[in-house]
Amino acid sequence: MGITEIIYATVAMLGLGFVSAAVLSLASKVFQIEEDPRIEAVEGALLGANCGGCGYAGCAAAAEAVVRGDAGVDVCTAGGATIAIGVATVMGMEVKIKEREIAQLGCRKGFRIDQKYKYEGIMDCRAAVEMWEGARNCGRACIGLGTCEKSCPFGAIKIGENGLPVIDANICTGCGTCVKNCPKDVLELVSMTQRLLSFNKLDDCLAPCRQTCPAQIDIPTYIEQIKHGQYKEALMTIKERNPMPLTCGRVCPHPCEYVCRRGAADEPVNINHLKRYAADIELRSGEHYPIDCNPDTGHKVAIIGGGPAGLSAAFFLRRLGHQVKIFEMMPKLGGMTRYGIPEYRLPKAVLDFEIDGTLGLGVETECNVKLGRDFTLQDLRAQGFEAIFLAIGAWKSSPMRVEGEDCDGALAGIEFLEKEGLNADNPIGDRVAIIGGGNTAIDVARTALRLGAKEVTIVYRRTRKEMPAEWYEIEEAEHEGIKFHFLAAPSKIITDENGRFKALEYLKMELGEPDASGRRRPIPIEGSETIMELDNIVAAIGQKPDLAPFPEDEIGKDIELTRWQTIIGDDQTLQTAVPYVFTGGDCFTGALTVVSAIGAGRRAARSIHLFLDEDAELTPPPKPLIKNIPESMLPTIYGVVRRPRVEMPEMEPMVRVKSFDEVALGLSEEAAKYEASRCLQCGILCYNQDIHTPAEIEI
Amino acid sequence: MEYNSLTDYLLLIVAAVFVKNILLAQYLGNCPFLGVSKKMETATGMGMAVVFVLVLAAVFTWMTYTYILVPLKLEYMKTVTFILVIAALVQFVEMFMKKSMPALYKGLGVFLPLITTNCAVLGVCLINIDKEYSIMTATVFSFASAVGFALALALFAGLRERFEIAAIPKSFEGTAIGLITAGLIAMAFFGFAGMVNI
Repeated sequence: MGITEIIYATVAMLGLGFVSAAVLSLASKVFQIEEDPRIEAVEGALLGANCGGCGYAGCAAAAEAVVRGDAGVDVCTAGGATIAIGVATVMGMEVKIKEREIAQLGCRKGFRIDQKYKYEGIMDCRAAVEMWEGARNCGRACIGLGTCEKSCPFGAIKIGENGLPVIDANICTGCGTCVKNCPKDVLELVSMTQRLLSFNKLDDCLAPCRQTCPAQIDIPTYIEQIKHGQYKEALMTIKERNPMPLTCGRVCPHPCEYVCRRGAADEPVNINHLKRYAADIELRSGEHYPIDCNPDTGHKVAIIGGGPAGLSAAFFLRRLGHQVKIFEMMPKLGGMTRYGIPEYRLPKAVLDFEIDGTLGLGVETECNVKLGRDFTLQDLRAQGFEAIFLAIGAWKSSPMRVEGEDCDGALAGIEFLEKEGLNADNPIGDRVAIIGGGNTAIDVARTALRLGAKEVTIVYRRTRKEMPAEWYEIEEAEHEGIKFHFLAAPSKIITDENGRFKALEYLKMELGEPDASGRRRPIPIEGSETIMELDNIVAAIGQKPDLAPFPEDEIGKDIELTRWQTIIGDDQTLQTAVPYVFTGGDCFTGALTVVSAIGAGRRAARSIHLFLDEDAELTPPPKPLIKNIPESMLPTIYGVVRRPRVEMPEMEPMVRVKSFDEVALGLSEEAAKYEASRCLQCGILCYNQDIHTPAEIEI
Repeated sequence: MEYNSLTDYLLLIVAAVFVKNILLAQYLGNCPFLGVSKKMETATGMGMAVVFVLVLAAVFTWMTYTYILVPLKLEYMKTVTFILVIAALVQFVEMFMKKSMPALYKGLGVFLPLITTNCAVLGVCLINIDKEYSIMTATVFSFASAVGFALALALFAGLRERFEIAAIPKSFEGTAIGLITAGLIAMAFFGFAGMVNI
């Protein structure tokens, strides 16, 4: 090939190239499209990371989508609020800050089966499938594919040790890529508000303990966290539902433990003391772990009563961004937890720390003010409170209804404990009888013992089996030397010439047919009157709310009351007949536990939040489970290696009765981890052994 | 070989789609085969875009060759020329579609730049010349080849969607298992070999 040919070919190619270029440049003129100048401006306002987190091919494409109207100003998932505001400014829109959402794994949309889940040393449905074939019968449960991990543009989601995704809330931007990509649809975006206000639903993946806890704490999760030494995370899990873990960890009668599935194999997990262990770590550190609150909403809520229900409502309302003020009649907050629970069970210093945690979120308080005496509901409305939560508790002792009970030396249980809580002078004689069989009777008896009484007897009209007090409380009282006198009911109070209490006359009883409560009814034996010589008698047979202020109150008179002296409210929303007044806790249900009051506080917080939010409607939350889900209650469990339960170490009975020092000493780290490892992590009941063909598994 | 009857053309189509499948038998156009085969939606979009562009490119390159290169005696420059022509053509089509056919552009637009330097397109255009096809035959052959490409891509995408949720050993994940599968499909397509000879 000669040089001429090379030049010839080159020129020809150049010519062809020029022709193409000319055609293209002409075409670009002819086919030019007017581009919206805003696209460029929006692109400038975006982060420029080209991460693709938004689902568009880079920031330029996202900007185009915004201008076209296909995407909102919050299109940039990596940038956050500042970027959104920038974009909105370009677009000439106003921005209302949306609450931050993060991804959350929820194996909670499944459908429960009637086949009972058996244990064979394996803890979840996936393992069950491996072992016995069959299939998960749950259309949605996570199968640990890791699609979410691969899809997350920010590396916020990882498949954890147990094969389930773990989401790092600090990195997650709430872009929803994982939610879109999850083939099983078990990921969802959840904001703090949704998280705090969610209540157990029947088709949630609920272990028996979770079904039973009145505060609906996610028990398996926090126990798992304790097992891995993540004590702070465990405490945060608890505080999603219960702002008073120090208190509950000490005094809760833990109904959860009575249904613990492990109990069918050996003994229930010591759930409550694990909670106390996690909470005590924060207490010992002396500082409160930071807790997120939403930005101020500007709404003001008044809470009447600073007990567990009031404090719980304050905690959740404050986290939702509302301004909260608690009005308390006693000198200090805490309600019955301070003035009803003795120091040796719940030290005041511990309670103070706990309450400070809630107040630290920015809750205002006013103590020594009582509804009806110092202020009315009308006053609160005038001060600009848009909603009122009545959590006034049950502070009146029920009378024994026997002759002479008003005499000097005959005391009421609640007032006796209240005096003790106030550190007031609380004289007690040598020989004391306490009437009643509940936890208050036990508290009074043990307090009397510590105040110097020599001979303390609990008089109860039925037998030990029917006592409403927890069995372990009865046992503890017994260890301290408290006597029990069963099948005896007071018939008369005998006074001396000065009108002072001298002796108790009682009737012996026998048990008849079961009554409405299912306990056998005590029937007096005719002519069995017996005299018991005593120095003091304390009635601890029940307590009622003090509702005297209501009929006289301008607004309060519209609030309906039951004939058992409780406030009437909606079972689910806790709203009373006055729309902006809500109620909960002992004054609504009658005297119950601390943990029920805390549950009620959160329920009320939800209702009040929805009531205040203009964009929302006050809908009832899912009904609380009254009975356990039948198929989740297993009579037997196979394959669990028996390991004894860790019991709480306690002070020696003869030492502890001499002071008000706390009796329960707390678990060691080793014991807590051991006990946490006993948890079976129950809950997933979506396995069906009878489905044999893998084709039936819906992937 | 002359293509006169309808039967000839039908045989040509069967041969181009199955026997000499551009992707699986000739192994041209591997980048999009691995690149856009992760989702059925993008795979079909890409397939359609290839059908569209390939037919256009075949016509233009055939004309460029016959009416420009042959008279200028520059046949040996066809590869370079075709690259230039196809690239310019695709760019032109993209601009034209954006302006005049926004709906079509929405569906195919994002794939057009990918095809600019696609070896499947170039390969088919060169085969047209090597086999000395007439413009009619070249057009039909190009169309059939593109359909074969789309078919293989869709088949492959269907399989790859399942890989996302299949238990694949760590070391085989992603492109590795993709290539193994492509090899297996290619072997399966060898079953068509000898059915038609073109």
